[in-house]
Amino acid sequence: MEIKILFTILISTIFINNYVLSRILGICPYLGVSKKLDSAVGMGLAVIFVMTMASFFTFIIYKFVLIPFHIEYLRTIAFIIVIASLVQLVEMVIEKISPALYQALGIFLPLITTNCAVLGVAVLNIDSGFITQEFGLLNSVVQGFGAGVGFTLALLLMAGIRERLEIAMVPENLKGLPITFITAGLMAMAFLGFSGMKIF
Amino acid sequence: MDYFKEFFKGVWQKNPILVLGIGMCPTLAVTTSASNAIWMATATTFVLLGSNILVSTIRTIVPSHVRIPIFITIIASFVIIVELTLKAFQPDVYKALGIFIPLIVVNCIILGRAEEFASKNSVVHSILDALGMGVGFGLTLFILATAREILGANKFFGYTLIPGMKPAILMILAPGAFFTLGLLLWAMNVIKSRKARFKRTE
Repeated sequence: MEIKILFTILISTIFINNYVLSRILGICPYLGVSKKLDSAVGMGLAVIFVMTMASFFTFIIYKFVLIPFHIEYLRTIAFIIVIASLVQLVEMVIEKISPALYQALGIFLPLITTNCAVLGVAVLNIDSGFITQEFGLLNSVVQGFGAGVGFTLALLLMAGIRERLEIAMVPENLKGLPITFITAGLMAMAFLGFSGMKIF
Repeated sequence: MDYFKEFFKGVWQKNPILVLGIGMCPTLAVTTSASNAIWMATATTFVLLGSNILVSTIRTIVPSHVRIPIFITIIASFVIIVELTLKAFQPDVYKALGIFIPLIVVNCIILGRAEEFASKNSVVHSILDALGMGVGFGLTLFILATAREILGANKFFGYTLIPGMKPAILMILAPGAFFTLGLLLWAMNVIKSRKARFKRTE
């Protein structure tokens, strides 16, 4: 039974409610890092990691710190601090392991902190009522992981298209952001096709 | 004149969405109706104003290597004020904007202005900068929301425009947001290149 629920959460966060193309979260990094396929891969992996960890830690903090002390209204501050420290950690690890990737990600690594998709998944984990469920922690971690995978999927698709767009004949005024937005709109339309999907 | 310039640059010359290209998430997500857009713009402007004032007041005593966490904490406090106020006095708006109220924290415009402007300029300049940016953000949101609401719901501020006409629902869903902003940016580019050409021929 539990596996079924987890699978449903995973599929719905990746495809049906894709964080970028359906919920419209995390547009800044989506547009900023999707120019090249390699940096998109790095960014995607970093986001998957941060989102999964953030779901885990924010859930624990909400359940065992904020609720017992009746300070649920402080969740925005608490969550953003957790996410900021996580991002700092990821940044240090990537700088040590792969300086090339660190160079490529540039400004967008610290910007994961202000990636609304990460805070979004933390807030949505609370809002979707996982907190009272028996396996709430597992559910929210899976939702965080799925959100990261969905973000990476959208980012990679976009990076592939944008690499092609570089050599395509685009009208002068549509070059850059406008054509990217229209492409994103077409992709969102394609993802709209998942919305009627029934899993079980 | 200087003050006027400081205010006006946020509206047109450095419009956060159309020129700087930041703060896209709320722009795309909450522009399903004109009233949503106005509420979102008001909330964001309030947070922007508060954080700009506070950041520029304490700009000389903040050590530069811990400035980002301090800025984010300031911003988050103002967002909580907005969140609780809306929840108490405008529960419908709170429900309609939903997750995007707490997400004002991660709106790049606010941290961007704190880092780029308020931490380097005086309080008066920061206030004007915040107001200008807020108005620029609000105007863009309003244009987008009006276009999407009319096309996608056949409504304007909740009032039905042409009775009996079926709207293009796509415009109110996610793809419509991307298309509308793409077209708006395209129009902006057209205006800019026209201006440039006009100057060259003069």
